[in-house]
Amino acid sequence: MSHLFRGRAHVYGDNIDTDRIIPGKYTKTLDAQALAEHVLEDLDPIFRQRLQPGDFLVAGDNFGCGSSREQAPLALQTAGVAAVIARYFARIFFRNAINIGLPALEIPHHDIADGDVLEVDLSAGKVYNCTTGKTYAINPMPDVMLRILNAGGLVNYLREHGTF
Amino acid sequence: MGGMTIAEKILFQKTGQRVWPGDIVIAPVDGLMATDTTAPAALRAFEKMGGQRVWAPEKCALVIDHAAPAPNERIANLHRLMREFARQQGIRLFEVGEGICHQLMVEHGYVRPGYLFTGADSHTSTYGALNAFACGVGSTDLAAVMLTGKIWLKTPASLRIRCHGRLRADASPKDLILFLTGKVGISGATYMSVEFEGEAFEKMSLAGRMCIANMTAEMGAKTGFVHPRGLQLPYPFEPIEPDASAQYAQTLDIDIGELPPQVAAPESPDNVHAIERYLGTPIQYGFIGTCGNGRLEDLQAAARILRGKRIAEGVRLVIAPASRSVLLDAMLDGTAQALVSAGATIIAPGCGPCVGSHEGIPADGETVISAANRNFRGRMGNPNARIFLASPATVAASVLVGCIAAPPPHTEE
Ligand code: SF4
Repeated sequence: MSHLFRGRAHVYGDNIDTDRIIPGKYTKTLDAQALAEHVLEDLDPIFRQRLQPGDFLVAGDNFGCGSSREQAPLALQTAGVAAVIARYFARIFFRNAINIGLPALEIPHHDIADGDVLEVDLSAGKVYNCTTGKTYAINPMPDVMLRILNAGGLVNYLREHGTF
Repeated sequence: MGGMTIAEKILFQKTGQRVWPGDIVIAPVDGLMATDTTAPAALRAFEKMGGQRVWAPEKCALVIDHAAPAPNERIANLHRLMREFARQQGIRLFEVGEGICHQLMVEHGYVRPGYLFTGADSHTSTYGALNAFACGVGSTDLAAVMLTGKIWLKTPASLRIRCHGRLRADASPKDLILFLTGKVGISGATYMSVEFEGEAFEKMSLAGRMCIANMTAEMGAKTGFVHPRGLQLPYPFEPIEPDASAQYAQTLDIDIGELPPQVAAPESPDNVHAIERYLGTPIQYGFIGTCGNGRLEDLQAAARILRGKRIAEGVRLVIAPASRSVLLDAMLDGTAQALVSAGATIIAPGCGPCVGSHEGIPADGETVISAANRNFRGRMGNPNARIFLASPATVAASVLVGCIAAPPPHTEE
């Protein structure tokens, strides 16, 4: 998977639950495009219009809390989100995002503002804020997660390795 | 050299390694489960991983519960996908109307004390009532377990919650866990294992313990355990107790002797208050059910309040038993009769309207009083409705008068 991304930040608050990322009533489908159409609609009805492919979703604490639905990171990924950045993630969301190959990056302290242009360098473990000139260090992930992310997700990882 | 928490002990038994919080382990799993929300994507991922046969069909279960019976053709086709996969692989499939995944895993012995269990549903934590290390995962993680029989986990730090005193006669396990969720907060136990202990738990039924462990998911926990002291199961088992010298990241000592009934107000399960603050708030819709409170004693608690009465005009009460066997028991002992006579609608055993898929979506501007475990905006299918969470007794007392009302104390007959 590519290690360098550049895009605009869309910033939201703390405790964004998976019902807000993709309401339960839309989750029963295998059509990722149908999920993307409703992503974040109860939180920000114009998110879909503002989002350019390659942009970043940036949040505060506990992003993705609530249900185990993998449809949440999948909806974001399919809508064009290149990476999700948060102070920290709810645990199932964190695993799910990495498992489908969507970088979920923890930056324990950040002051990224809506509209900032960011450059994410996964190999260096850094995020550069091109708007403000600041640099943030990404919390290192456990090795096994990194290997899964580098493979582009758990499906690819297991297809290659057969087991952990 | 400290002793082990319950979580550490189970991981030790599974891996043969003494693990510490933060250690990554790759551990063999004793069972897995997926539902009609999570199974279809898991089956796809399993195939894409190159999976031919699941690692142990007898340890796997698929459950059709979240949107059952199917409300439309799209979901009907997903159910068919599950049935076909189960048939090909020789996996047990729990059909429409058999009940909610978490109830079924316990009733049918798929999960037992000391097991490491993965379920593709966040409330898999419920099995901590049985002393199992049970954690919720997403679809792709589940597919990996199906293929390999293993999962990677970070050993969780443990939060111990020691409750002092007994519950009042008008308070139930649900009031207790709502209160504790309010205290810990929706992210207060993120990545952690929660252990509950104290006199109140020792006397608690399995149903009450499941209600407690269920909502550790609302604290962000990876897993949660009710101390096995007093646990009764229909088969012999080895209880797994924490060592006296186990090390906890944090211990909360909480007095519960004076705890009144609680509600979680919109729009978060940790927005918890004593019921007094919301007494008199008009409601149009009551719901009793879910993996938190859809068991026989929950239905009985509601029937005690509703027997021989009628729910208020303009109010509806929907009841989804947690399983077919719960429904049958409720039919046998007159509970179902009392509820339906009072004006309740009993729907198919399963998740019902909990997650907004079907069977009772609230209208714009309506307020629901629900015995479920989540009240996020849009949870029941309409972002313009409000949801209060409470015990089954509080839901029953409230639908009788059409506004949030405190339940009468329950004294053993
Ligand atoms: S009853 Fe509700 S919380 Fe429990 S598994 Fe079903 S949808 Fe999830």
